[in-house]
Amino acid sequence: MRKAKVMSGRKRNLDDFTTEIEAHMELETERLREQGLGEEEARASARRSFGNVTHAEERFYESSRWLWWDHLRQDVPYGLRMLRKSPGFTAIVVLTMALGIGTTTAIFSVVDATLLHPLPYPQPEQLVSIEDDFPGVSAKDVGMSEPEWQDLQDSGIFEYVSPTWFDENNLTGSSQPARVRILIVAPNYFALLGVKPQLGRGFNPTDHSPGLILEVLISDGLWKRAFGADPHILEKSVRLDTDLYRIVGVMPPGFDAPGRVGEERKIEVWAATSFYGPPMSDHPRRSERNLPTAIARLKPGLTIAAAQSRVDALVSSLRKQYPADYPVQSAWTVGLLPLKERVVGNVRRSLILLLGAVGLVLLIGCVNVANLLLARASSRQREIAVRQALGGARTRLTQQLLTESVLLSLLGGIAGLAILFCAKGFLLRLLPDNLPRLNDISISWNVLLFALAVSLITGAIFGLVPALQVGRLDLTYVLKQEGRGSTGSNEQGRARRMLVVTEFALSFVLIVAAGLLLRSFWDLLNVRLGFNPQNVMAVRTRLPSPNDPKSDIYQTPAQEAPFFREILRRARTLPRVEEAALGDIASIPLDESLRDLKLISEGQFLFTLEGRDIESDQPGVVERSCVTPDYFHLLGMPLLRGRLFNELDDDKGPQVAVINAAFAKTYWPDQDPLGKRFKRTRSESPWITVVGIIANARTESLAEAGVPKIYLDLYQTGGKRLAIFVRGHLDAAAVPEEVREQLQSVDPTLPVSAAQTLNETVTASLAERRFSMEMVALFALTALLLAGLGIYGVISYMVSERTHEIGIRLALGADRMSVVKMVLRQGLRLAIAGAAVGFVGALIVSHLMTGLLYGVRPTDPLTFAGVALLLIGVALLACYIPARRAIRVDPLVALRYE
Amino acid sequence: MSTQDAKERLELLQGTLDLLILRTLIFGSQHGQGIARAIQETSEEELLVEHGALYPALQRLEERGWISAKWGVSSNNRKARFYSLTAAGRKQLVKETNKWKRLTGAIARILGAENAKS
Repeated sequence: MRKAKVMSGRKRNLDDFTTEIEAHMELETERLREQGLGEEEARASARRSFGNVTHAEERFYESSRWLWWDHLRQDVPYGLRMLRKSPGFTAIVVLTMALGIGTTTAIFSVVDATLLHPLPYPQPEQLVSIEDDFPGVSAKDVGMSEPEWQDLQDSGIFEYVSPTWFDENNLTGSSQPARVRILIVAPNYFALLGVKPQLGRGFNPTDHSPGLILEVLISDGLWKRAFGADPHILEKSVRLDTDLYRIVGVMPPGFDAPGRVGEERKIEVWAATSFYGPPMSDHPRRSERNLPTAIARLKPGLTIAAAQSRVDALVSSLRKQYPADYPVQSAWTVGLLPLKERVVGNVRRSLILLLGAVGLVLLIGCVNVANLLLARASSRQREIAVRQALGGARTRLTQQLLTESVLLSLLGGIAGLAILFCAKGFLLRLLPDNLPRLNDISISWNVLLFALAVSLITGAIFGLVPALQVGRLDLTYVLKQEGRGSTGSNEQGRARRMLVVTEFALSFVLIVAAGLLLRSFWDLLNVRLGFNPQNVMAVRTRLPSPNDPKSDIYQTPAQEAPFFREILRRARTLPRVEEAALGDIASIPLDESLRDLKLISEGQFLFTLEGRDIESDQPGVVERSCVTPDYFHLLGMPLLRGRLFNELDDDKGPQVAVINAAFAKTYWPDQDPLGKRFKRTRSESPWITVVGIIANARTESLAEAGVPKIYLDLYQTGGKRLAIFVRGHLDAAAVPEEVREQLQSVDPTLPVSAAQTLNETVTASLAERRFSMEMVALFALTALLLAGLGIYGVISYMVSERTHEIGIRLALGADRMSVVKMVLRQGLRLAIAGAAVGFVGALIVSHLMTGLLYGVRPTDPLTFAGVALLLIGVALLACYIPARRAIRVDPLVALRYE
Repeated sequence: MSTQDAKERLELLQGTLDLLILRTLIFGSQHGQGIARAIQETSEEELLVEHGALYPALQRLEERGWISAKWGVSSNNRKARFYSLTAAGRKQLVKETNKWKRLTGAIARILGAENAKS
């Protein structure tokens, strides 16, 4: 009601007000006439006592809130006219801002999709990931057991809890056997996420039948790729690892599972189970932590902190209830983490770095434009002074100048967005593949809003400096300077020099950041790998593991061994192949795509050393791969002591292991490791004897030299997910097909996937680093360019201001060299001041990015000195051009100027 | 009327005009000219309200929601805009009256003390 009145009050127009005043005049005249005055006299008296009608109208007009709008309607066309009058200036400013706003918006669009909206599901804040830890033995994320899942499910804390189990499967039935990414989940999984399939239905969330439910949902991608988007897909069945499943639904396009790495997000098939009954055990035990990960949705209204404290209470009561399953020293805990952490935790740091870098570029752009505006303001001093002298209010003039600068930045923003729209496809290709939500990055309303806000804010920032100068203008002084090229006040000069110093400082910070990243990258490229990736290719395949063990022809290592031998024999006969070896996928050096999945799908290798008290000893965690004996020679990893695997090491003999030097040094520092035994921390696991020690190699991470690692004999352990390594002067394009042919002539259901040369794998492991390094380097270059332009502008302005003085100096016989030196000195002083300020900023920033560096300290003197030299060099170069112009001043012309 | 006069009057009436308008409207709705007359007459012609200042003040009060307005017909059959007090306006009147009384009381006490000294 009240609001409506305010609205109508605002809508009241001037006509209505004038009518009211006229009515007043009539009433007053009438009253005065009744008192006996004549018509004319009464009218005049009424008018007299009213006072100034126009003044009243003006005040009415100002009180209705249209004033700012009126001013804007004056200022915008005026501003546009001013901009059109100096197209060169306008173009430079708009281009600078387009660059700054465009890049900032581009990075923001990535941040918006990933960091700000990482989970495209309803009520994402209620989603958590559950992590079981044994802090007592420093083991993290050890997985959950089925009884624990039931405990959590029944605790009343969660709406739904679903373990998730990433696996690969062989999809047969369509044209070629294919490896698909499958996620085994609880039947409540889709209800938990709150996502419905585009076709068909999800699983029945309350299903608790034993074994695997023989239904699957498939991804939109798989539906289109393997089934040609068949509309009758729901009547079809697929074979996964030779088992038959009915397709009951197709997920919508763009639906990604909330996973840590790309592989785990781009799920193609979802299968459901309640995690007991064949092929799993009928009565799973608490110690069987075979559910690698779990996600859950909290009951509505519950915060994560509140849920965590209830989970803690549950955990401590379970520990009391089952002391045998939860030994005190392992200190079992269950942690709840926001699910988004799982998805974007890995990329947050690099994205924030990029956003910071691009923000700096934008800021430098702003400083540059502010500088240009200041220069222009000094040439517009007369205009401003005349307008002030004629009664233009200072606030109105300031407003006018601000309007102009905001117009400039809005134009820049529009241009930036236009460039972004055109270059979108190209830019998206630059992003690393493992970025979460890569397909959802778009120029959304959020992003547009951000671009608008950035434009307005930057416009206000760079417009403020010249606009504030209006207030300080000395009218008499300016107007007295009859048409002479105004020299600009001292104050303005100081402001411009300050801006250049700022620009250099900001650039210094950015270039140091880029330099440190570049050096880290360079060092990583040049580390001694410890293995030789040249001429090696790895082709992956996978043996099926059907639900019914009786139909599994690869059930035991003994059953697999003949297959391994046959594959190796055939691989060695391939053209140009000199050597061949087999391993599980963990044996592919530096394979980033599956690094986390080794843990997710196989669990950590917890082990205990023989001769140490199992109760009190902390089991260690170690990296391990299973390989055939020829693996070490193929990769050029030298044996230091002992022996490699041999023919006698089979499933009947005792299990043996080759360990790396780092492992030996960590666990048997003062003893001979050969002949020592260790075992997996599981009661039924056999003892494993150390038979050889191999040199350290950076197979797990380029950045870490001595990661303890053990190698087991593939013939003893068996393996489902295999890598076939071949060395030779290979035709990389032909190898996958050749291997497929050989493989499928042994078993036609086997797929071939992810064939890569090891050099490619090594490069791919650096993709994320390369991306941030390249981006920051690009931004740093832009910053350098802008800073160079900035100092060029200031110095050349200074030279043109002092043309007269230089002319006199030259006329009086000054040495041309000394004039050059004078100009360069000016520029140098600014550059050095900027570098000094930037030095402090760079120290702070480089310490913040320590985690992103490798092999170089955050205070690396070489980088700092190099960047300082680079900046000073650029400054000298930028000043040399105006300096040259200065000595070409003709004294006669300069003096006649007067 | 010189600028100087207008300035003085504005200062004089700042705030008080609002109070006087609200007070006048307590007796029922009234149009602008009527309000001006009423103030003049009740103050026994001591206060001369400049009619021109009245209307922007009315507009301001209306925007704040203290008075409401609608077009009507005056007693002598002329079209006029009638203003009446809203509930919020009534509250404001009480507040303003108290403030005014305290202000004038305080000023009167100071002036009284001055008189006593001299």
